Amino acid sequence: MAHLSIQSAGYMSKNEAELRRIFLEQVNFIPAGERIKRCIQCGTCTGSCPVSYAMDISPRQLIALFRAGEMETIMKSRTIWICASCYACTTRCPSGIKITDIIYALKRTAMEKNYLSQAKHVQILANLFVSNLMKYGRLHEGTLIRNYYLKVGFWKLFKLIPLAKKLYQTKRLSLFPKRINAYHSLSKIIKKAQEIDLRITAPPLEYSTDYVGYRALGEMKLEQRKGE
Amino acid sequence: MKYAYYPGCSLEKTQRGYDESVREIFKTLEQELIEIEDWNCCGATIYMSVKETVSLAVSARNLALAEKMGLDIIAPCSSCFTILAKTNRILSQIPEMHKNVNEALAESGLSYSGKTRVRHPLDILVNDIGIESIIHKAKRSLNGLKVAPYYGCQIVRPEKGFDDRENPILMDKLFSKCGADIVYYPMKVRCCGGMLMTTFEETALKLNKELLECAEKHQADVIVTTCPLCHMNLEGYQDKINEIYNTNFKIPILYFTQLLGIVLGLSESKLGLDSAFIPVTPKLKSIMEVQYV
Ligand code: SF4
Ligand code: SF4
Repeated sequence: MAHLSIQSAGYMSKNEAELRRIFLEQVNFIPAGERIKRCIQCGTCTGSCPVSYAMDISPRQLIALFRAGEMETIMKSRTIWICASCYACTTRCPSGIKITDIIYALKRTAMEKNYLSQAKHVQILANLFVSNLMKYGRLHEGTLIRNYYLKVGFWKLFKLIPLAKKLYQTKRLSLFPKRINAYHSLSKIIKKAQEIDLRITAPPLEYSTDYVGYRALGEMKLEQRKGE
Repeated sequence: MKYAYYPGCSLEKTQRGYDESVREIFKTLEQELIEIEDWNCCGATIYMSVKETVSLAVSARNLALAEKMGLDIIAPCSSCFTILAKTNRILSQIPEMHKNVNEALAESGLSYSGKTRVRHPLDILVNDIGIESIIHKAKRSLNGLKVAPYYGCQIVRPEKGFDDRENPILMDKLFSKCGADIVYYPMKVRCCGGMLMTTFEETALKLNKELLECAEKHQADVIVTTCPLCHMNLEGYQDKINEIYNTNFKIPILYFTQLLGIVLGLSESKLGLDSAFIPVTPKLKSIMEVQYV
């Protein structure tokens, strides 16, 4: 595990506080996101995760590191990118923590702050998704995959030839993207939504961003867990 | 019943077998599917990299279009199904978000009040139409065909939906009534890796190898799926898995709607079975050749 970067017990560096702020803002948009406070470190998430063997930090450790004020370690991890969003952890967590959504929030934080040492290719793919949608209104898999491999290593495209051939033979390969008719009204919606995103201020945090560990949790409110 | 049909991007071409079989079996069962005009991508793929309002508004546009039609959405793709349902959930739980999304939708003269229900065809088939009525229209029996039902992640998780999250049984029930022998398939909800096949290929190949191995161990003639991504990974990468792991898998992967279509007496071409990469086993072939009157 990485060395501790906390300056003194209970307080955190400026960078850490900033990462925490962005992340918690995202968590606020997850319904029942505040349950992150209730992790009992049981490890059920890690045990349920089909890819934990390939992670450098387990899902349980993610939460422990967040608590300990080690956001930066999380940001540099491979874990958040290799999560396949299968929701196995979320389904089984005895505390009802939305771990998959929390990992999405971590991904977004990492993207915003450019922590991409493990994930340049993931970001490339994500950006291509967005531009594909903006351009056509629907996803055109052929264009996406081609552009992706042109950016991450065009020689890999050759490896896909057998698959492309099969798709072609079975009439499953569409060569050209098609724009939806309502493309203009979709772009207007997206443009407006982008404006709204800029002016949104997240509701006040229940967390203290100045503290780490249990002090950061503030008062624990253990609401009744309704059957979800 | 009438439904607003939302095929989603991958059903348009690469997974046409799913699209064709869904349309055909619903027609045979006298249910009307009306495709949502000019639907757009559900936004699953952009969720990670744009901010909330954008991804929610993109997805909500489809919900709004269906609401205008006054119909519930039927979404066969697991990812679309989950994303559209998730959008509904967030909009109903965070009123401020709902307001913002409506503000964005208003740019194109749309609004969404939150009424559209998002349904999966498996749910509608078993819970609305009912297994009995389906059997009533059956033309062929699956005759002991060994079926491994693979549900994957997103139609059963994360929220409690129309089937159990750890041990879903709707396909088991449906196909055993159609005469199939459901094999023990403990990996029925294990993840296929999804997009990891593009971003972390090694890991995804291993996951899929395990899924295939488990089906083979229990002598399945076929794996049935409910999701285009699972389908692509299991079918399209089977060769590569064989190459890397020195295995010899040749397991046909069918959409559950294709298998049900066979039971309903529909032809191979109507069900898009001509788009499969891996030929069906002799046993399934003989079932498909049964002529009925
Ligand atoms: S399963 Fe839930 S409570 Fe247990 S370690 Fe994981 S997040 Fe914490
Ligand atoms: S959602 Fe991610 S972290 Fe959770 S079990 Fe699945 S792959 Fe693992």
